[in-house]
Amino acid sequence: MSIDTTKKFNIDTVENAAKTPDTELPWAELGLKQNEFDEIVKVLGRRPTGAELAMYSVMWSEHCSYKSSKNHLRQFGDKVTPEMKKDMLVGIGENAGVTNLGDGWAVTFKIESHNSPSFVEPYQGAATGIGGIVRDIISMGARPVAVMDPLRFGAIDHPDTARVMHGAVAGIGGYGNSLGLPNIGGEMVFDSVYQGNPLVNALAVGVMRHEDIRLANASGKGNKVVLFGARTGGDGIGGASVLASESFDDTKPSKRPAVQVGDPFAEKVLIECCLELFKGSLVEGIQDLGAAGISCATSELASNGDGGMAVELTSVLLRDPTLTPGEILMSESQERMMAVVTPENVEAFEAVMDKWAVEYAWLGEVTDSGRLIITWEGEVIVDVDPRTVAHDGPVYDRPFARPSWQDDVQADAFTGSVQDAGRPSAPAELAKAVTELVASPNMCSKSWITDQYDRYVGGNTSMAFPDDAGVVRVDEETGLGVALATDANGRYTYLDPYHGAQLALAEAYRNVATSGAVPMAVSDCLNFGSPEDPDVMWQLAEAIRGLSDACMVLGIPVTGGNVSLYNQTGTTPIHPSPVVAVLGKLDDVARRTPSGWREDGQAIYLLGTTAAELDGSEWANMRGHLGGLPPKVDLDAERALGEILINASRDGMIDSAHDLSEGGLAAALVESSLRYGVGARIALQDVLDRDGVDLFTALFSESQGRAVVGVPRSEEVRFTDMCTARGFAHTRIGVVDAASGTLDINGVESLSLDALREAHEGTLPKYFG
Amino acid sequence: MTELPLIGEAVAVAAEPRLAGARIGVVTFPGTLDDRDAARAVRLAGGTAVELWHGDTELGDVDAVVIPGGFSYGDYLRAGAIARFAPLMSKIIDAANSDARLPVLGICNGFQILTESHLLPGSMIKNDHLKFLCRDQVLRVENSNTAWTLDYQAGQEITIPLKNQDGQYIADEKTLDALEAEGRVVFRYVGFNPNGSRRDIAGISNAAGNVVGLMPHPEHATEPGFGPESLDGIGGSDTDGLGFFTSVLTKIVGGDK
Repeated sequence: MSIDTTKKFNIDTVENAAKTPDTELPWAELGLKQNEFDEIVKVLGRRPTGAELAMYSVMWSEHCSYKSSKNHLRQFGDKVTPEMKKDMLVGIGENAGVTNLGDGWAVTFKIESHNSPSFVEPYQGAATGIGGIVRDIISMGARPVAVMDPLRFGAIDHPDTARVMHGAVAGIGGYGNSLGLPNIGGEMVFDSVYQGNPLVNALAVGVMRHEDIRLANASGKGNKVVLFGARTGGDGIGGASVLASESFDDTKPSKRPAVQVGDPFAEKVLIECCLELFKGSLVEGIQDLGAAGISCATSELASNGDGGMAVELTSVLLRDPTLTPGEILMSESQERMMAVVTPENVEAFEAVMDKWAVEYAWLGEVTDSGRLIITWEGEVIVDVDPRTVAHDGPVYDRPFARPSWQDDVQADAFTGSVQDAGRPSAPAELAKAVTELVASPNMCSKSWITDQYDRYVGGNTSMAFPDDAGVVRVDEETGLGVALATDANGRYTYLDPYHGAQLALAEAYRNVATSGAVPMAVSDCLNFGSPEDPDVMWQLAEAIRGLSDACMVLGIPVTGGNVSLYNQTGTTPIHPSPVVAVLGKLDDVARRTPSGWREDGQAIYLLGTTAAELDGSEWANMRGHLGGLPPKVDLDAERALGEILINASRDGMIDSAHDLSEGGLAAALVESSLRYGVGARIALQDVLDRDGVDLFTALFSESQGRAVVGVPRSEEVRFTDMCTARGFAHTRIGVVDAASGTLDINGVESLSLDALREAHEGTLPKYFG
Repeated sequence: MTELPLIGEAVAVAAEPRLAGARIGVVTFPGTLDDRDAARAVRLAGGTAVELWHGDTELGDVDAVVIPGGFSYGDYLRAGAIARFAPLMSKIIDAANSDARLPVLGICNGFQILTESHLLPGSMIKNDHLKFLCRDQVLRVENSNTAWTLDYQAGQEITIPLKNQDGQYIADEKTLDALEAEGRVVFRYVGFNPNGSRRDIAGISNAAGNVVGLMPHPEHATEPGFGPESLDGIGGSDTDGLGFFTSVLTKIVGGDK
């Protein structure tokens, strides 16, 4: 056998680039614009090498550089009060923000999108979405403790929806369940606007002691740079294939997946191994490898640190030995981490790797040169200022303008529309309407999904789906814990992006408060269409403005998140979908409030007032109408309601609480009854008289700032006194009736819980098996 | 395994102090997920949990062993197929078969590892509905004479979480008949067979009764506020699984029940 000693690649060195300024480069195929390529040439003072071009193209992409949204996202950092900063230990810009929980504990959480991969290959796309967000959490020095997954798919009866649904749910389960992280909640929405652009967002939360917080920076000249975890392969290279002209070798695997392939076992081992590294204080800086792989990790670590790093790229362990330098730099192979280790800790670091049988390769070291130098067998192929790659990418002030159609959409109210014909009013019609509502695709039980996720593992799950928020214990001694909820309403945001985004925040805030937790921090995943469309850009700008304004009023900061743009099919964008996650704190998770009532004879109260707000509602959606104005936002009322729910939970004044949101009071009453299979007798006359609405409106309106609570008889006086003292509207609307097996609402035909359950739980199995 | 102190370690327990002398080993393989939970259950029952690492070549000073749930080595081949070859497993197999009859409990992936190790007969295949399923499951304790079920009554129904992908218990008819005849079907699914297991079998034991394996997770029903009653509220209690651990601890310290 003869050994081929010839070089496989035509290596484009810096020296070569300087000598051959006129070489044609495939910058357009890599997604760069002419002005961006010109900027790279200006920054470098010469044409980039193939490897440099690969790095810049991927780091200057919308996904990595936030070039269209950056100018707007600044508001999250600018509109911050001292109250909001008080508990923020690490803010926006790191892998994830960190919030102080007290007692020396800190919590980090973040939500991210994995939309487009999940459409192309739902299983792997969704699976690696979980993997990526979990590595962000580990990178902060935290132990991940739970995940959540907000999902938005196309029409429930479209044939392709089943493909995406089955794949994404199996992927989230297959990956998340193998990591030992409980899945404690999420969302599920069906709407044809997401047919070609499903939204698969993933949230992870982790906890740590303050002293364990780690940041992504490479400091200390002479410290070693190590890449560990899975080997680097050809998956997730995407655009880099146009650089294949580098290659002389036509025997390499030709079609490799643009979507990354996950290995949850490797990730689980990586989690444990990283935590052991943190425990021994064996790493100075750490960064996970996600989008843009080694390009991102080296440039960000160097840029955030002393600014210099020297790396020998042939040291990278490969799954596929035919990969070119550009491909290695761009590969998005999963389950990899990069760390900076002092020379003294090298041996101890290797011992941890060996214990967990994790592969690692020492790639180079931190320098004080201010340059990121990458070599290939000693020849320099990248010589850049890392800041120009990681942080000083292009920033665009994209033109935006209120769409010409917005006024017409807002003028088209549901009430009185063609779709509003035959609005139910008789008792039998209303009973039918309630049943139809709770069986509808967006309001039906999600247990078909959530039963495929492990909610128990870890032994710290105190509350999970279908309660308003997921609750996880952090400290076993004190019961300290966190609550999390994610929310978004694309229809509201379509009708009014500024207020729609605020409504998403208000709902997530309300959900967390409903569980009894004090809201503390926000992470957002902004899913929008193309920023090059001024209509979409306006939606994005308005949503960010609305969200940042609302955070000021509610007093909770955005600590991180992500922006996903170009979610559109042809020229049709998705509904603007800012998914907002709110994290709250419970001093003792034993005090958390579940969403269902159980005790016979307990009083049921409706908190807040109801207006005729059916535009954008689930009812209007079921009737095929989308127009008008979304429900009114009253953030002061949300804050007041939140304080009542939190105090009532802490002082044992309520045994159940469920927020009113999509589907209004009708959905809340059914869900609170079905939660533990305990019925209730409800009379809404006082609400109708006070608020001047009819029974249908009282049941189906989606007015904000409302919740339904179950109050023990012994606490009724104390509870109502508190509401009165705070001037918050509260009405006793009924009583828990454990023996009846029915939900009886005056003016609505009696609803048997069995029939409601069948309707509620039958929908997803009917469509998805 | 080094237990990392990121989730608080101490759990206040009001158990019989004499049980604390009993040492229960909890095995961690790469990919094990419920090891901390099994250790917590041991502590909640009053015993002392001892971390065991798959690569250890000595079992050390333990009075019983729990092989917890998870996906050992990823379980990409067949659940438990690689784990059975771990150095520690041969020690566990020897100890379980020795005259001392070391009590061994395999939960979920641990049960799969026990069948792969031939400490228990039969095997697990993918659930008949082909999906991962997490639910609270009612079980009937068919045999209350094993090392892990002494604190239950025969015929008692308990509710504990079930969560797995490959939970369908299968064996040939002769083996199944023998298990039934010898009283080695220790747990049976009640009301709903969640995975197509033969004869509704949820868990079995070896002939001596010291080795027990089951698919559902007793360690996730040992603490008020974190079990099926609190999480899902379908009935039962949060602590129906605690009896597994008190049973073996009581047996070890030689107490009478």
